Amino acid sequence: MINSIYLNKKSSSAPLAVFRIGFGLLMCYSIIRFWLKGWIETLYIQPSFHFSYYGFDWVKPLDNYTYILFFICGFSAFLVAIGLKYRLSIFLFFLSFTYIELMDKTTYLNHYYFISILSFLMLFIPANATFSIDNLIKGKDYKKVSSWTIDSLKLLLSIVYIFSGLAKLNSDWLLKAMPLKIWLPSKFDLPLIGQNLMQLEWVHYAMSWGGMFYDLLIPFLLLNKRTRLFGFVLVVFFHIFTRVLFPIGMFPYIMIMGSLIFFDSKFHIKTLKFINKIIPPFSSIKKIFNKGKFTVIEIYNIKKEKLIVCIVSLFFIVQFLFPLRYLLYPGELFWNEEGYRFSWRVMLMEKKGYSVFKIVDQKKGTFFYVNNEDFLTPFQEKQMSFQPDFILEYAHHLGDSYTALGHQNVQVFVDSYVALNGRLSQRYIDEKVDLYQVKESFKHKNWILPLNDEIKGL
Amino acid sequence: MYKNLVLVFFVSLLLVRCGGSDDDSSNNGEVKPVAYDRGKMLVHWADKIIIPAHNAFKLTLTDLDTSTKTFVASPDQSNLDDLRSKWLLSYKSWQHIEMFDIGKSEEIYFKSKMNVYPIDKTWLDNNIEKGTYDLENANNYSSQGFPAIDYMLYGIGADDTAILNKYNANNSFTNYLTDLVNKMVSTTDLVINDWTNYRATFVGSTDNTASSSVNKLTNDFIYYYEKGLRANKVGIPAGVFSGAPLKGNVEAFYKKDVSKDLLLEAMDASIKFFNGTSYDGISSGPSLKSYLTHLNSTKGGATLSSLVATKLETAKSQINSLSNDFVIQIETDNNKMLTAYDAIQAVVVLLKVDMLQAFNINVDYTDADGD
Repeated sequence: MINSIYLNKKSSSAPLAVFRIGFGLLMCYSIIRFWLKGWIETLYIQPSFHFSYYGFDWVKPLDNYTYILFFICGFSAFLVAIGLKYRLSIFLFFLSFTYIELMDKTTYLNHYYFISILSFLMLFIPANATFSIDNLIKGKDYKKVSSWTIDSLKLLLSIVYIFSGLAKLNSDWLLKAMPLKIWLPSKFDLPLIGQNLMQLEWVHYAMSWGGMFYDLLIPFLLLNKRTRLFGFVLVVFFHIFTRVLFPIGMFPYIMIMGSLIFFDSKFHIKTLKFINKIIPPFSSIKKIFNKGKFTVIEIYNIKKEKLIVCIVSLFFIVQFLFPLRYLLYPGELFWNEEGYRFSWRVMLMEKKGYSVFKIVDQKKGTFFYVNNEDFLTPFQEKQMSFQPDFILEYAHHLGDSYTALGHQNVQVFVDSYVALNGRLSQRYIDEKVDLYQVKESFKHKNWILPLNDEIKGL
Repeated sequence: MYKNLVLVFFVSLLLVRCGGSDDDSSNNGEVKPVAYDRGKMLVHWADKIIIPAHNAFKLTLTDLDTSTKTFVASPDQSNLDDLRSKWLLSYKSWQHIEMFDIGKSEEIYFKSKMNVYPIDKTWLDNNIEKGTYDLENANNYSSQGFPAIDYMLYGIGADDTAILNKYNANNSFTNYLTDLVNKMVSTTDLVINDWTNYRATFVGSTDNTASSSVNKLTNDFIYYYEKGLRANKVGIPAGVFSGAPLKGNVEAFYKKDVSKDLLLEAMDASIKFFNGTSYDGISSGPSLKSYLTHLNSTKGGATLSSLVATKLETAKSQINSLSNDFVIQIETDNNKMLTAYDAIQAVVVLLKVDMLQAFNINVDYTDADGD
């Protein structure tokens, strides 16, 4: 009963419009930025080999057509922003963006994953109910939408924050101030704070603990009306500060924009009025479309709302459970990385590796080492060196490549060393295991050697 | 509330501008800096290691040049012996500067023009025969520098008489030898002269970016140790990358019995650079080692710096147990070469993984976002 009362609750459609515009514009800008930096070329077209997610090895860059893919992605983001054919646009955006992210897991970032699932969620939300070109075309404007649509966005943002806060509850982060103790002193070239504050141990601890509390508390500060403005100031400060410290691209801006959803509808209505004022063509367009048949409708009725609610609920159940899947694996999560991705473990550890592969002729016993540069870009090599699933996939690629070159009885072994959070490097993969015979699966990878230390915590 | 929000935005924009701006006002000396002084390290590197090493190399090259002129004027046994000894001295001295692939050196492919081996014998013979060639052309990198002179002094005949006969019978050999040495002198002059101006830029570039001096030279050092030293001098000839040994790929293949000496020089140069020992060996200063020690002191963990220093010495002693002539070593007991390789390799792991993690320097220059 309470359920149905909540589901019937309506509120202003303005927050969705502001969110849609902000999201669309930021995404469009992100794609343009990515393009202009030449990353489509260096990350997707130049490499001869791409690392795939398990089960998605059919998703590959499309040579020069990859540019078209990015164009579709950026253009659909723009259409989302202006609210033209919103449902189709957000669908195209979700597909193209997700395809791009699946092409090569070398570039995996938590915030790319966030954008993928957020755009999926937005498929089910009437973000074009007001202040969109769709309104002008149809001559209909909707004042209110179901409250759950707005709340679902808040919930998704809260999940991101809370899980990344929970992930920080470990002995390395809190008791050793790692990895900030490595990262912050290397920012000695920052003006004002680089030579002093960034070097001080108590600052490393303060920022570790501060970051943890920030992540865990910020959703509640934003939800509570009395602390909301303070919360938002924190959001802006925190994200700008991390932007100054680390090369995290568009992520801070996305999170700052996203947090606006927590504000009440008055704020969003004012924002829309403000936008209306500063873009004069928009009002003139409105006049063209507006010839007498523009009607304001009180409530936007979602078609098949019950089904949609079911899908969205299922989506959130998955979002709650997926980051916890690491519990199903034995061993140290940071070391084995089984269940590490897609779990909001953001800027959580400093890990570096060095992996060289040995190709052995099983019958003759002869061997040689592979020059990784012959197969991978420096960026791919760096990412491969400390992540087990990359190492396995690459070992298979090497086995296949050398077999194709005429080598016989090929075995692939790896000499791999990894250092985690300032610990001395140690051997990472069992050097006696022929990786070419190992199949990728979701099972525990027992050929990863255990970390010679314990990290306590969640 | 709306106004407040707008204010927050503008204040934060201001923050970004401050954070992103390049004007550094923190060096006013008001707050005692606790960061490692990379500027001092760069000064030490430039004034006590790099520039002196280049100048010393230039002296050996001048000697080589003089001896070449004498030899070319009268190619006899005593002049050949003298020239050979000058070549070896200069080749050893070269081991101390090959790693500094920065500034002009990088721009003009200094190391490619001085020490690419094995030589391309067919191409080189063809150059001698034709008498016309462009040593600036990348195709000629494996037909010039020390390895080419190695061939010219030891490889063009079965014995010394045969070699001297070639110089006496034919101008094309003396011409090519002269051109090789002239090219080495002029290339080296370009690099050394440039350091006069480049020093200021080098020393002033103290920030933590891919193009800053510390990051670049640290990467250069590791790259040199991994490729120039580990792979070229030991790994490739021992067959680590090919399945079967390639003894024709040893350094100074035609002279033969100095490949160990050259490797030891290179090892010494690496050890001195890591430890911050001045080129003349008299003094020492800030270095990768002391930088690591500094960072470790704040971390309170294992002393990586001394571990690297120890493993470098272990590698050196492994090399010492090898034959002077790597061709012989490979033919008689290649396993010893492989053992030495492993000892050298052990340091690569510490440099590339542990040291770069401590410095928070990236190995690659790939530009991409993180999160």
